Amino acid sequence: MANMLANIFGSSPVKPLEKHIEISYRCAKQLHGFFRAAVSGDWDTAASVRRDIEALEHEADDLKKEIRLHLPKSLFMPVPRQDLLELLLVQDKIANRTRDVSGLVLGRKLEIPASIAERFLDFVDRNIDAAKQARKSVRELDELFTAGFRGAEVDLVQKLIEELDRIETDTDDKQAALRAALFKIEKSLDPVDAVFMYQVIELTGEIADMAERVGRRLELLLSH
Amino acid sequence: MDQQVVYITLAALFGMFMAWGIGANDVANAMATSVGSKALTIKQAIIVAAIFEFLGAVLAGGEVTSTIRKGIVDTDLLTGTPELLVYGMLAALLAAGTWLFIASRNGWPVSTTHSIVGAIVGFAAVGIGVDAVQWGEVGKIVMSWIASPLTAGFIAFLIYQSVQRLILSQEDPLSRAKRYVPVYIFFAAFTITLVTILKGLKHVGLDISLRDSYVLAIAIAVAIALVGAYFINRIEADPKAEKKEHFVTVERVFGILMIVTACGMAFAHGSNDVANAIGPIAAVVSVAQNGAISAQSALPLWVLVLGGIGIVVGLATFGRHVIATVGKNITHLTPSRGFAAELAAATTIVIASGTGMPISTTHTLVGAVLGVGLARGIDAIDLRVVARIFVSWVVTIPAGAFLAIVFFYIFRAVLP
Repeated sequence: MANMLANIFGSSPVKPLEKHIEISYRCAKQLHGFFRAAVSGDWDTAASVRRDIEALEHEADDLKKEIRLHLPKSLFMPVPRQDLLELLLVQDKIANRTRDVSGLVLGRKLEIPASIAERFLDFVDRNIDAAKQARKSVRELDELFTAGFRGAEVDLVQKLIEELDRIETDTDDKQAALRAALFKIEKSLDPVDAVFMYQVIELTGEIADMAERVGRRLELLLSH
Repeated sequence: MDQQVVYITLAALFGMFMAWGIGANDVANAMATSVGSKALTIKQAIIVAAIFEFLGAVLAGGEVTSTIRKGIVDTDLLTGTPELLVYGMLAALLAAGTWLFIASRNGWPVSTTHSIVGAIVGFAAVGIGVDAVQWGEVGKIVMSWIASPLTAGFIAFLIYQSVQRLILSQEDPLSRAKRYVPVYIFFAAFTITLVTILKGLKHVGLDISLRDSYVLAIAIAVAIALVGAYFINRIEADPKAEKKEHFVTVERVFGILMIVTACGMAFAHGSNDVANAIGPIAAVVSVAQNGAISAQSALPLWVLVLGGIGIVVGLATFGRHVIATVGKNITHLTPSRGFAAELAAATTIVIASGTGMPISTTHTLVGAVLGVGLARGIDAIDLRVVARIFVSWVVTIPAGAFLAIVFFYIFRAVLP
């Protein structure tokens, strides 16, 4: 039996959004193991991690569709529906970039030059840190809703976003240094590999960019 | 003599059917907010509802009952033909009960109050004559249907705003909650107790002066607030749960408050909606016993008790399933939000009961929920459903009226 009092509450997007960033982060986190395997030339392990990445990316995609489906225009929410949908979109892109970069590396069995391997792995981990900080910020969403987007909770989220920005700046610095290091040795590499290596660095760096954009979207919610 | 027994038996039967329907359906709406927010288990909710519905009906249900019984139909026109009032009231009970049954089966959101008022106006206007309806009184009732959700929404908005400002947006919401929640408990208990004392107790034969009423209400409210404060102070923060969600312990404090407002809600519902079932019974019984319509006749206490029992039976047999269904669907109405909606709705309803206005509990609660939503308290409200509820407002009245007219003519032809 349908009941009007039960139906008056649209399905809340808050918990699903928190779950979605959780999946996106777990997806990005796989890059840690993936690139370690790739650097050591263990392509079997890399392929198996890549399957996990694909599964998680699918999961994030399905949840994204699910959330969109349950967010009809007739919903009355404390924040604009559009802002939530855009937050969802950038959260999803964290998983997408993870899938893209791992696919590119595995598809070409791209060898990461030993002289920059250490620096590169450090760069990857910092990007994962950014995704983790994005997750930490989005996890405050239900508290934000409860507190009506004001007061101490807003300050707390703003601090989390500031930290996210610092991490992202850090990845930018690391990215520039990594590119410079690659430039020094590019002549010694296979030219095609060198081109793709630049692209891998670019794509990996976008994970932190997307994480930062999650922060920007959250900030927009705060300003309402 | 036989005729009287037939009338009273039928009235009691139909009235019990109606009360059962109210208990099975309507009460569930009133209690589900508490279950959904996990302030009460289903079993506790049923016990709370049984006790406070019954108390509400017996202690504060008199005014609304008298409106339903003799406020809508102009009984002066019927002094020569009192049996018409009996047929009409029986028809109204059966019509409203039937309509509620059909509507619940189809999941339509309808109000018991709207159907019974529609039914009574229907049989009176068509079966007896347009003049037989006290249109002034009916106009006031319709106004109260518009005013009650608005009032509840406004109060809920203010309450939830105050909760956000005083507690939720502060640095240390837990210590704030421990300090302010007993104050909310005091206000919840005070309003409901005061209205009961002022308006209800004379029906059970107690008469207390105005000053004593206030003193008594304050004393009772302080006592309840102190008990609440005792339980609140026993709540310890769980650092592990807190780490994941900061408001876990705060919500547990509000959970205590919600037990109080749930009692208030059940009481308010009993005080207003039970009249929908027993108002017509009372009218029939009074005619059958006296053989004539007498405006002075007091409401027999056993009729109020009968209505209370009917509601409790409906709740125990069917209502628990409805509570479970609704409760499951409104889990994101946490205690801090749920209490604001309940307190606002209960206050509005109890005041309406005190002034004899038969209003819809569910609509009032919906108004209160929207009020919390406007205070940015609810994640998502589906406006399509809200629109459907407004449509049901209008549809239920002619539906109840039509059925009542049909039953009225049948009873007039069949009954002695």
